[in-house]
Amino acid sequence: MIREYRTIEEVAGPLMLVKQVEGVKYDELGEIELPNGDVRRCRVLEVNGRDVLVQLFESSAGLNLAHSKVRFTGHGVELPVSPNMLGRVFNGMGEPIDGGAKLIPEKSLDINGTPINPAARYYPSEFIETGVSTIDGLNTLVRGQKLPIFSGSGLPHANLAAQIARQAKVRNSDSKFAVVFAAVGITFEEADFFISDFKKTGAIDRTVLFINLASDPAIERISTPRMALTAAEYLAFECDMHVLVIMTDITNYAEALREVSAARKEVPGRRGYPGYLYTDLATMYERAGRKMGSEGSITMIPILTMPEDDKTHPIPDLTGYITEGQIILSRDMYRKGYMPPVDVLPSLSRLKDKGIGEGKTREDHAGTMNQLFSSYARGKEAKELMVVLGEAALTPVDRLYAKFADEFEARYINQGFYESRSIEETLDLGWELLAILPKSEMKRIKPEMLDKYWKGN
Amino acid sequence: MIEGKILKVSGPLVIAEGMREANMFDVVRVGEKRLIGEIIEMHGDKASIQVYEETAGIGRGDKVVSTGAPLSVELGPGLLTNIYDGIQRPLEAMRVRCGSNITKGIDEPALDRTRVWHFEAMREFGDKVKAGDVLGTVQETEVLTHKIMVPPNVNGTVVELRSGDFKVTDRIGKIKLDDGTMMDITLMQKWPVRVSRPYAEKLPPVEPMISGQRIIDALFPIAKGGTACVPGPFGSGKTVVQHQLAKWSDVDLVVYIGCGERGNEMTDVLREFPELTDPRTGKSLMMRTVLIANTSDMPVAAREASIYTGITIAEYYRDMGYSVAVIADSTSRWAEALREMSGRLEEMPGEEGYPAYLTSRLAQFYERAGKVVCLGSDRRQGALSAIGAVSPQGGDISEPVTQATLRIVKVFWGLDASLAYRRHFPAINWLNSYSLYRDRLDGWFSENVSKSWMTNTARLLKILQEESDLQEIVKLVGMDALSPEDRLKLELAQSIREDFLQQNAFEDTDSFTELDKQAALIELIFSFGDKATKAIAVGADIEKISTLPVREQIGRAKAVPYAEYKKTYAAIDEEITRELDALKAEA
Repeated sequence: MIREYRTIEEVAGPLMLVKQVEGVKYDELGEIELPNGDVRRCRVLEVNGRDVLVQLFESSAGLNLAHSKVRFTGHGVELPVSPNMLGRVFNGMGEPIDGGAKLIPEKSLDINGTPINPAARYYPSEFIETGVSTIDGLNTLVRGQKLPIFSGSGLPHANLAAQIARQAKVRNSDSKFAVVFAAVGITFEEADFFISDFKKTGAIDRTVLFINLASDPAIERISTPRMALTAAEYLAFECDMHVLVIMTDITNYAEALREVSAARKEVPGRRGYPGYLYTDLATMYERAGRKMGSEGSITMIPILTMPEDDKTHPIPDLTGYITEGQIILSRDMYRKGYMPPVDVLPSLSRLKDKGIGEGKTREDHAGTMNQLFSSYARGKEAKELMVVLGEAALTPVDRLYAKFADEFEARYINQGFYESRSIEETLDLGWELLAILPKSEMKRIKPEMLDKYWKGN
Repeated sequence: MIEGKILKVSGPLVIAEGMREANMFDVVRVGEKRLIGEIIEMHGDKASIQVYEETAGIGRGDKVVSTGAPLSVELGPGLLTNIYDGIQRPLEAMRVRCGSNITKGIDEPALDRTRVWHFEAMREFGDKVKAGDVLGTVQETEVLTHKIMVPPNVNGTVVELRSGDFKVTDRIGKIKLDDGTMMDITLMQKWPVRVSRPYAEKLPPVEPMISGQRIIDALFPIAKGGTACVPGPFGSGKTVVQHQLAKWSDVDLVVYIGCGERGNEMTDVLREFPELTDPRTGKSLMMRTVLIANTSDMPVAAREASIYTGITIAEYYRDMGYSVAVIADSTSRWAEALREMSGRLEEMPGEEGYPAYLTSRLAQFYERAGKVVCLGSDRRQGALSAIGAVSPQGGDISEPVTQATLRIVKVFWGLDASLAYRRHFPAINWLNSYSLYRDRLDGWFSENVSKSWMTNTARLLKILQEESDLQEIVKLVGMDALSPEDRLKLELAQSIREDFLQQNAFEDTDSFTELDKQAALIELIFSFGDKATKAIAVGADIEKISTLPVREQIGRAKAVPYAEYKKTYAAIDEEITRELDALKAEA
């Protein structure tokens, strides 16, 4: 039985207090009917005796304490799902906004999902070829991984994400592939960039879009990523598809969360973000993966902009602790015009070790990868020294390292957003660059690999 | 049965009224789905309950029933090779029963009630026994014999005990207690997780826990029964260090607690350990491992309980006289769980919102480690080593959790992001890490490895320290300003860093290094250093010394298989002499 209440007592920011209710449950979805007939949605944050504190998902404009009505639906926030979602556009609350026909749902799923039993996970190990050297060669992405892009304002993270969505494939596999895209508080232009890119490549037919623009209510952003992930889980684990989830921008999400937390007067953690930001982000990111009993997978690429390019800001920091690595974009590379401007050294893919090597990429992959990393690091150090003391201060070997670092940036990192390199091309390019250095420096590479692939003299 | 009604629900915190009769820390079942919770505060007849499962769908008026018992774990054969959640529910059994996602309100016993174990009795009718005495054994896995002990606080006479095949709940015998009452003995006992298990006596730790990780064993060793922490920013390789310790430490048993970390990391352990062989027993590593997994997406309150669950299981095996390592990844997530509950209880926050009792709780946890004389008349010794990862926000170790941990633990392995960027792994910073056990373990090392171990490892540290001073000079005035002797020091330090400290966890021959091979490798590097010093003294060119071909061979020496290392190292040493003699002759 659903009852209606006219007992709204307080509205402040995104929060509303309803008095004298009966039988309302924690985390239940409520609907508010405004005097003009508009319906807005809300969610129970706290049950305290006969009072409930709810969080609005939309703006409170027009809400009237005397005449608005609230009813509670008896279930949590749900998303109606169906295979026909592919190719459709939804708003941040999961309602179609593309003018198309109403979705006939197969079922409705709670957007919070349930945690995956770690004993039921498969360890991700299938190599995804993205065609980007800095990712394939150095920070390999595998199916079921969550690999965020840490960007800064004004950096072309959107181009990189679109390039990955466009080029990503798993070799020797013709399984069903889908993209779920969640726009969280981004501008129309940025959203439009993705949509037109998906349209241009035809990917739009196998894409589900959830759009919450900068002009949409900030509070809606709390549910948008969860809507997208619920759709992704349905497609991956019930329709056996391989789903790539792109979420941009997580910074906006965290700010919406902070808004609610501040309104509740909670004790803040660092920089005013709530103490539970880690747990909250984890319940989203951990929904990526592969699990038993299903062919499909969810690979996640969340994008976030680091305020002031600061990696220790709580949002990138906590994200980095949850996700399986990170691709960091560098303003320095961007200024040099090297695209995609990946900052190689601090970028990392934690799952790469199980996804590379013989039978997956190539036998020489692990060794060359480590060698490229350490050589580039040493080259950059040599270059720094050169700036201070001049080239003459370097040893002959360090001079070669400095040259290597330059070439590495200009050829390996710099490939452009529209070139797709196969893994063999990437690995061969790595060998070509390593040949700048003396063979005796190749301590990270096994001698048998050196004998087979070494291109220098 | 005490029954109350819910008044308030706020995330994992539930307040129920009508609970005046309930005890603090009793386990309660909440709502129709019978979610598991624990009473953490009492105000009049209102009890504050932290619920170990997701509370969506719970509302005012729902029933709360007290079980009258504190949160406890089941201890008995069947713990090994298993994976549990934070409150000891068996995840594998839950997967079989409920599918691949964790549903709410599942009741699944921790120990398999259907599995039959063979019990071999060691005592007989009429034997006087006291707490901790071994009644008999069960071969739990191929590598570990599970001792069935008289439970703590029990003294009496055996009136019945038989060998045979039993389930964990079957009666294997009876003890007549000193006060005349009879007590049934089963293979299983229960113990409340928040209470440490008793022992006879605590001893100072004097034996190292060999990890096979060169930087740890040689420079910053941990003792069996000691405590250590591994703080580091994300991406610095905390988890790999923890996994390496879990794999290769020379302990009888490892309890690995994944506390608020990634699901895939637990899956990795679960899938990989059965495939790996323990170098000491030749059997699968899983045979000596218990996993506790409360991943970051699982309910936050159970995360708080998970480290107690893990350490109680570890204490139980320690009581059998085994050497056990508890590895917790990560204690910061546990502290965050404390902070979240504290916030919901509206307590006055301490630093960065953490509760004021953070330090004392952490100290209580680490203090459960130690080398002990176990209960029981045979005075067997057991050891429990505790190693906790810390995830400081922004990599800044001045934050409260790291600082509170450092005040307690004796070993600090500080991970460094800049080393990780260079792919120098393990990225333990040799300049700021420390081990307070070094002196205490001196005796063991000189007796069991070599007399020169302590002086050699101290010399390693000294050279690395000198390198960092010299680097400062190089940055200011360039390499040319250094004397040939100092240039050689830099070369030697580089060799120590690359050829000794760097260790590839993913390379079979390098992942684990035996102590004698470690000692030989150090000798080899010093041999080069000493001979090169002599060569420089007679005027050899440092430029030529630094590019000698033998240095590549030294670089590959660490990956030489154990069986061949003596021969190969001797050959490399000869080559060092030959090449440097040639240079001397030139000069």
